Amino acid sequence: MFLGSLFVNRESFRTYVKLIIDESILVGVGSIFIVVIVSTFMGAVTAVQTAYNLVSPLIQDYIIGTLVRDMTVQELAPTVIAIVFAGKVGSSISSGLGTMRITEQIDALEVMGINSVSYLVLPKVIAAVLMYPLLVILAMFLSIYGGYLAGTLTNIITEQEYIYGIRLDFNPFTIKFAMIKSVVFAFLISSISAYKGFFTKGGALEVGIASTSAVTNSCIAILLADYLLAQLLL
Amino acid sequence: MIEIEHIKKSFDGKEVLHDISGRFEAGRTNLIIGASGTGKTVLLKCIVGLIAPDEGNVFYDGRDFTHADRDLKTEIRREIGMLFQGGALFDSKNVQENIMFPLNILTDMTVDEKLDRVNFCLQRVGLENVNQKMPSEISGGMKKRVGIARAIVNNSQYLFCDEPNSGLDPQTAILIDNLIQEITKEYGITTIVVTHDMNSVMEIGEYVMFMHQGYKVWEGSSENISQAEAKELQDFIFANKLMRMMKSS
Repeated sequence: MFLGSLFVNRESFRTYVKLIIDESILVGVGSIFIVVIVSTFMGAVTAVQTAYNLVSPLIQDYIIGTLVRDMTVQELAPTVIAIVFAGKVGSSISSGLGTMRITEQIDALEVMGINSVSYLVLPKVIAAVLMYPLLVILAMFLSIYGGYLAGTLTNIITEQEYIYGIRLDFNPFTIKFAMIKSVVFAFLISSISAYKGFFTKGGALEVGIASTSAVTNSCIAILLADYLLAQLLL
Repeated sequence: MIEIEHIKKSFDGKEVLHDISGRFEAGRTNLIIGASGTGKTVLLKCIVGLIAPDEGNVFYDGRDFTHADRDLKTEIRREIGMLFQGGALFDSKNVQENIMFPLNILTDMTVDEKLDRVNFCLQRVGLENVNQKMPSEISGGMKKRVGIARAIVNNSQYLFCDEPNSGLDPQTAILIDNLIQEITKEYGITTIVVTHDMNSVMEIGEYVMFMHQGYKVWEGSSENISQAEAKELQDFIFANKLMRMMKSS
């Protein structure tokens, strides 16, 4: 019902264009810093730990590059960044809407004859679905680059070996798979968080509870969807 | 004019509104009064459609709002302005954007026309040079005025005020009350004010509906309220020392 009401009795198209641009800046540009930090270190740690576990002389060092690439593209970038995204954007959506609810701002919209679900939630969901895949692409590049930096600066692997490793047996479908996952995760995070925030009752304490619940439920949904998509698509 | 007929509402099996009926005429200030927790705000929310009544009907100038389809409901709501208890100004927008908001959504006015209208409404509620201030930067009384300006900016036919002077000092409270009454007379709109403030009742109460524990106990004007026989109303009116002193003198 909640998702259904996103698409009924909407305002004019131009109203949504501005809202979607504003939300995209908030959701996308506002998340770049944390995505840069997390993904760079994620790749660096993956490279160092893979090197630490490669004790057999039969396995070549360039495998480090291959493993960083595959782990990043298939799992770390779309899924781990989704958890971070849920923590940052999900909690922001939930607490923002929760505060609007308890301070009667949502009631004010309803009294004006505006479909508050559509006006407040639809732009957030669209912005998240548009911006999160871009953040995942950024995270992929930075994670692989983080692995490169960690590997070459600590002499675990040479530059040539790492480049050779990340090019080895590359399957383009993994990118498509990651993009499908990122769209699904973005939709889950934004809609679950919006739902939790929109139906907040009570005061400031309940806004906090709604925000925590939004992040927890989003994380569970992400992991379930991750498993289901892996089963279905791989 | 707004008419309500046999409104009933229960929450979790507890009836909070018992068969409330009444008629709120245009061009006069209609007050719903009563102690806290007596169902005034629930009744107001039933009238504006934020809460669906279990039974009964609400008519806006003869149009059945309770059983209206989505289009008619939207049409009626776009004729409504409401001042909420806390102002309910949008935190992320400044004063000008808050007042302009209904115009942006509901009209095709040009930016200049909208700006003129916003400034006119701000002037009407006695505020100037606050256009760029954020809601967090203005006082409680100013928030109420901005809330009123937002409520009337779209030439609303119906004005609802939920505790318009709660949390305000007595002088500012009277200013807000008088402003509501002036706007009601000036534009001939139907105004319903929910309050528990006896000063408001005496100042602007042209039609008063008194509620007690979810029942309508009394209705009339502020001029004859002190002669009302209902014990609950007498207890409510003369709860404070000043009113008791006035009565005894």
